[in-house]
Formats: sequence, structure tokens, C-alpha cells
Amino acid sequence: MTAPALAIRMNGIHKSFGSVRANRGAQLEVGTREIHALVGENGAGKSTLMRLLAGLYAPDAGTIEVAAASGELRDVTGWSPADAITAGVGMVHQHFMLVRTLTVAENVVLGREPVRGGMLDTAQALRDVRRIGEQYGLRVEPERLVGELSVGEAQRVEILKTLFRGARILILDEPTAVLSPLEVKELWSVLRRLRDDGATIVLITHKLDEVIDISDRITVMRHGETVARMATREATPESIARAMVGRDVRLRSADEASPSTQSAIRSPRSSLSVTNLVVMSRGIRAVDGVSLTVAPGEILGIAGVEGNGQTELIEAIAGLRAVASGTIRLGERDVTTASVRDRAAVGLAHIPEDRHRRGLVLDYSVAENLILGDQHRYAGGARRAWALDDARIGANAEDEIERFDIRPPDGALPARALSGGNQQKIVIAREMGGAYDVLLASQPTRGVDVGAIEFIHGQLRAAREAGKAVLLVSAELSEILALADRVAVMYGGHIVAILPRREATEDRLGPLMTGATDPTRPAA
Amino acid sequence: MTTPATRRRVEEALLPPLVALLVALVVGDILIILVGQSPSAVFSLMLSGTWGNWYGFGQVLYKATTLICTGLAVSFALRAGLFNIGAEGQLAAGGFAAAVMGLVLPAGTPGLLAVPICILGALAAGGVVGAIPGVMKARFGAHEVIVTIMLNFIVLALLNWIVASHLHVPETLHTPDMRAGTVARLMDWVPAFHGSAVNASLFIALAAAGVVGWMLFRTRAGYELRAVGLQPDAAEYGGVTVGTVWMKAFLISGALAGLGGINYVLGYKYYYEEGFAAGSGFLGIAVALVGRNHPLGVVIAAFLFATLSQGGLAIHALVPKQMVEVLQGVVILAVAAAVPEVRRLVMGARSGAAT
Repeated sequence: MTAPALAIRMNGIHKSFGSVRANRGAQLEVGTREIHALVGENGAGKSTLMRLLAGLYAPDAGTIEVAAASGELRDVTGWSPADAITAGVGMVHQHFMLVRTLTVAENVVLGREPVRGGMLDTAQALRDVRRIGEQYGLRVEPERLVGELSVGEAQRVEILKTLFRGARILILDEPTAVLSPLEVKELWSVLRRLRDDGATIVLITHKLDEVIDISDRITVMRHGETVARMATREATPESIARAMVGRDVRLRSADEASPSTQSAIRSPRSSLSVTNLVVMSRGIRAVDGVSLTVAPGEILGIAGVEGNGQTELIEAIAGLRAVASGTIRLGERDVTTASVRDRAAVGLAHIPEDRHRRGLVLDYSVAENLILGDQHRYAGGARRAWALDDARIGANAEDEIERFDIRPPDGALPARALSGGNQQKIVIAREMGGAYDVLLASQPTRGVDVGAIEFIHGQLRAAREAGKAVLLVSAELSEILALADRVAVMYGGHIVAILPRREATEDRLGPLMTGATDPTRPAA
Repeated sequence: MTTPATRRRVEEALLPPLVALLVALVVGDILIILVGQSPSAVFSLMLSGTWGNWYGFGQVLYKATTLICTGLAVSFALRAGLFNIGAEGQLAAGGFAAAVMGLVLPAGTPGLLAVPICILGALAAGGVVGAIPGVMKARFGAHEVIVTIMLNFIVLALLNWIVASHLHVPETLHTPDMRAGTVARLMDWVPAFHGSAVNASLFIALAAAGVVGWMLFRTRAGYELRAVGLQPDAAEYGGVTVGTVWMKAFLISGALAGLGGINYVLGYKYYYEEGFAAGSGFLGIAVALVGRNHPLGVVIAAFLFATLSQGGLAIHALVPKQMVEVLQGVVILAVAAAVPEVRRLVMGARSGAAT
């Protein structure tokens, strides 16, 4: 079998940002009609390499070639994003590039608007978007405002946008982070259909099961270099992981890591109880009558497709969103209307779903971030002076950097300079490093590498063993199944089922997550 | 400890304003050549007319005093993510309140009592005017740029009306002389400053810069304020009430601008006069931007703009003094292009980090 014609060839790519060398001599060869997985830990330079391909940056050195319509490779080094789009190279970004105040359809057609009589032909735009959406099974209502969409829906809009522009080479940056298992399967079928139509797909990911599932060939990056290339059928998760981190890694598996329910001490009193909670968001009951309890020494996992009220539920419990009705109790205390700081004082810790927006002040140093939410405890001593105590802040940073293995171990660095996994460790260290009883962990491993996932899961298990009550929200079912003692499924603002871990199988949860009634249980 | 990191931060802070200044100098050279003069002659005249003699230097210090206050006002608000375009009105209100305090106090009130009362009046009046956009934003979501711009018109018109109809000395547009609360001119201590308006307000403005720096970078309030400015969602998550910080920041910002009013009123004329604030509020925006929102940078930038402004008078013999206004404009434009904060303000919030 001869090698297929190449669609992309990148050679000797170097790219630095200030003192950070994102790519150093990276290579990539992707054949036409191929789904190619680009894998590596966070900070390995995958996204940078793909942004170079999409024309968003120009390389410091190296060549980029992309197949023209004739099939011949053409040197396109340093082209512009507009050139890339014209040539049929489209990128779906990890951080969405959408105009929040425009509708789905308007976003999709932006830059290529159908025009009638000098005006935007809205009807045509809606038709086009609906057609492409149906063709590829990308469900999203074209008339809704993008600002109202969940993360998962926004991503579908990004994919629609790329397809609308007639992309032949499709780059997807961590596309499955926000999708349910069913949606992932749908996406896979979309991608396979595209490939069979002649498209070339590059998938940036660090989820090994996905790589094995969908890709034809694999390129592994580490520290900005290409360290391995292989055909997927010859690869195993272990061999890929070894190439990614440069050492053997214990891979998580739901069976092996099933929670030790027997060791969990079930206390009759609950640490967190939510009763008939209603939270409004943009005129919709985003959380619609949710009741749940979490006991000390228990992890309650909330499974569900993103955008079904999980964000609003967690933010309401955290005190970041007003409650329309219902109560929230921490231990014996009603905290329904308490401030964020008061809730923290009664023992609530919170790992927020978006560390870039909420969890960290990216321009603050690691040390400063490690006291966020606790800053009032670092202002002076008995005299209640206003000044912050730099010595204690520094000591706290040194201590937590060591305990939580934050790298590089320098509290003076801005949080922005750290990799995703280490940024998340800052959040984890701050929230789990002190005293607390109840932990809200929302997407705790989103966008972090394999090594950090291992570490964070270990921390969550240790918290349970230490008698903490943990409410875990994750878009990744495997994470819920690996950690939770009980699994709640959220759909349309409701908790549609709460199952003990042993009854919570992927087959049973999948339909529940997409709104189907539980076939194995009669309606209550 | 981390010398390379510190050095990079210093470079990042200093490089854009220096480049902007260089660009302004080059553009200035071209303009001067175009009007048929020698740049070296014009610039040396500018230097000798400002830093080159005691009177000129005194005038630079005097002009810098007001600009330090308005520059601090704008930069303090910017640190909280707020654009205060209203320093002009806050400055005028501060000056007016100081003058009124000086009128109300009985003659012969000891300075130790009268001066602080006048200063408090300036702080309070500026603070009240400043607090309005803060409250409007926190309570009703009104955009502070619109509110502060409109408030400038309202405040200035209101003050003009009060002065013109109730408080002016006949045939003038100013209030009667204060009875108490004036501060010493520097020429009282250093005779060489003779004739220049520089006065003890300079030290109050410098002290204010020190206090602002301490507050922003050393205190819990500053930590929370800067977090609100950088990432309001993260600040909220960290237990900070964002709306309250906005209100406090605008209150303090307005008070700082109001403080600038004492320079003219307590230290120079001893009365409030219509139009004394003209331009100082807006120049405060330029000072804040060139000073990179750092109190030390603000002080340096205030001296720079004061030098340009006083230098304009000195070079009048060779080139039109409007030349200096053009130069100021070029500095501001160049800084606006070079300083990331400005780009961020203009372009909206930036997205998170890559990979």
C-alpha cells in the first residue's frame, strides 16, 4: 500500500512567544482523507502548531505546505487567516471565537453573509444554517443568541461556521471536552462522513480513548517537538501515553478505580443539602426545582450534557448567582442568601468550571492567586491593619507549591505563564489546601494533561477519605464513573435520576442525559 | 530574587512610553523643520525655558501638581477597570469647594485647622461628583464613560451658574478671596522661585501618589480593586462585591481629581475662577496612560506634560505655541498605539491564554 497523497506538511517549525518556545522544530504530515490525531500534554505546542497552520501566527522558522485543489502541495508559510479560509482550512478553537450578541445564524455566516439588495438576507442565512446543521447532525437553533448558548452548543456553532465556509481541511482543538458521550459519537460520525467526502481532519486532543476511537494516524508532541508518529491500528493507549509524557503512566480506568463505597462513612447528617432550588437565567428556569444532599465522605457526581443547568446550580450554591426560590444549607446553616465569603467561612470550597475567567486572576502571581478568596485573612494581624502580609503570602505559596507540586515552583510568576494543568493545581491547592467541609468541583480536569488528571483525581479521592462532602460536575462521564459514589443526572434544569454507582452504567446514563426517561425504572 | 522577571516588568512598563516619546520627538522635528526652524534651537529653547531657570522650573512644578492629581484619579479608576473621563468636573468641584471653605471660615483661622478643612472640602466635593457614575454603574449598569462625560457638562455649568449669580466679584468670573486656608508658595522658602505659582500643594500631590501606590499594591483593598479591574468574575468568585468596589473606586478617583483643585485655589489665586480646570482633566487621561497607571509613572508623566505645556510658552518666539499641543497629541496617540492597556480598552476584553 502506497502512502496516500499529503494534505498538510509542516517541517522544522519554530515559534516563540517572548521567552516561551512553543514549537521547536515540530513536524507534521497529514494525508488527504485522513483523521489525524495531534496529541500531547498541555503546553506541548499542539494548539500553536495548528494556529500556525490556520494562519493565525507566522512561524519563526520552518515551512508549511498545504495541498491545493489539484492535489499538489503548495508552500503557504506565513499565510493569513483569510488565505487559509479561502484555501479551505478551517479551525474550531478551544476558546470560542463567536460574537455573543449575534444569533447563531449570523455568527455562522459572518464574513460570508448571503446578501439580497445590499441587505443581509436573514431568511437565507437561517435556511443555510439549518440545512448544514441537519446534514451533519449538529443540533442548534439558528435564531438564538450565541450569548445564551451553553458551551456545548457554542461549539456546535463553531463547527457549523467552519463547514459553512467550505472547509476541506478541518482542525478541531479539543472538541469533545464539552460533549456528552452520545454527542461525541455523533461528532465522530460527522467527522467520518466528512472524511469519506474527501475532507482531511486534524484533531487536537489528549484523550487517548478518543484517539484510538476515531483517528487513522497519530502525531505525538512533547515540549514543542514532534516525538512520535504512528498509525492508530499499531498504537495502544499505553504507547501513546508514554510518548506524550516520556514515562510510564498509570491510566485511569473506571473499573480499576471504582470508588470504595464500603469505606465511605455514611453519616445521617448531610454536609450540603439543596431543596427545591430554582435559579433563573435569562428568563429561563435554568435550575428548576432541584433537591439533593451530599453526605460527609461522599462524592455525588452530576452527569449531564453541558447547558442543562449544572453551571447555574453550582454557581447558586457557591453564592455567585441569585436564587429564585428554594434553600441551600451547609451543615446546619441556611446559606441561601449568604455572601461568597460567608459561605467560605462555614466551610465551602469551590473549584470553578472556568479557571481562566473565574478561578484565577491570570495577571496575578501564583502567590497572589493562592490567597484569592482568603485575602481578608492576610491583611495585618491583631491590629487589623489594611496592608497585606507579604511574608505570610509568600510562606503560604511556598507551602502549597510544594504540597501540590505546582511547576515551575516560583510563586512570583504570573499565573498566565503556567500550563493549564499547573494553573488548575493553583486552584486545587487554594481550595483544597485549607480547611473546608464541602467541595464543589466543577469540571476539575478540563483541559489539563494526563499527569495532572491523575493527580487531581487522587486529591478528590483523598478528600472523600478525609470525610469531605464533594459535589462533582463533569462533562466527562468516565470521570464521574471513576470518582462518584452516587450519580445524579441533570437534564433541562431537573435532576432526572440519582443512581448508586453500581447501577450507573454508561448505557443507562446515556439516554437519561439526553432526556429519555429511564427505561429500567417506572416513573415515580 | 527574580532579577530577570523584574527587569522584564520594568522594561514592559518603560518601553512603550519611551518609544512614544521618541516618535513624538521625531514628528516634532519634522514639524519644526516644516515651519522653517531648527529643531535643536527650538528644543533647547524649550529646555532652557522650563528646567533651565528657576521660574520656568517652578511653573513646571506648578502645572505638574494638578496633573499628578488628575492623572492619579484616572489611573486609580483604570486599575478597577473603569474609565473616568470626568476628572475635569471633579477637579473643578474640588477647587470650588476649597474656595468656599476658605470663604466660610472666619478670617484668622489658624492654617493648621483651615488648610485641612479646605483640603477635605476638595476631596469630598470631587468624591461626590466621582461617586455618581460609580453608583449609576453599580446600581443601574450605566456606562461610566457616558455618565462621566455628561457629568462634566452638568458640573461645570452648575458651578458657573453658582459663581456668576451668587458668588462672583463684580466684573470678574471668580469668587472673592479666601479668608483662611491658603498654603505657602515655594518662593516663600526658596526666593529663586520668585513669581512662579508652585506651592505646597505639590507635596500634598506627591504624598497622594505615595498613598495611592501603597493602597493599590500593598493593601487588601488594592488587591481586590486590581482583581476587579483585571477579571471581575474572578474577583466575585474570590468574595469581592464588584459593584461596591466600583463605587469606592470612583469615589476615591473623584476625590483625587478634586484634590488637584487646591493647587490653583489654595496655593496660587486664593479664589475659584471659572475655567481654571480647563484641559487638566483630559490631560490627566494622557498622564495616566503614559504613566502606565502606576503612581510613580503618573508623577513622571505629569512632569513630562507639564514641561511640554510650559515649554509651549517658551518657544513661542520661534514657532507657534500650538506646536506643543500638536506634540502632546502625538505623544498621546503614540502611547495609545503602544500601550496594551489602551488596546484592551478599545478592543474590549481579551480572551484567555492559549494552550
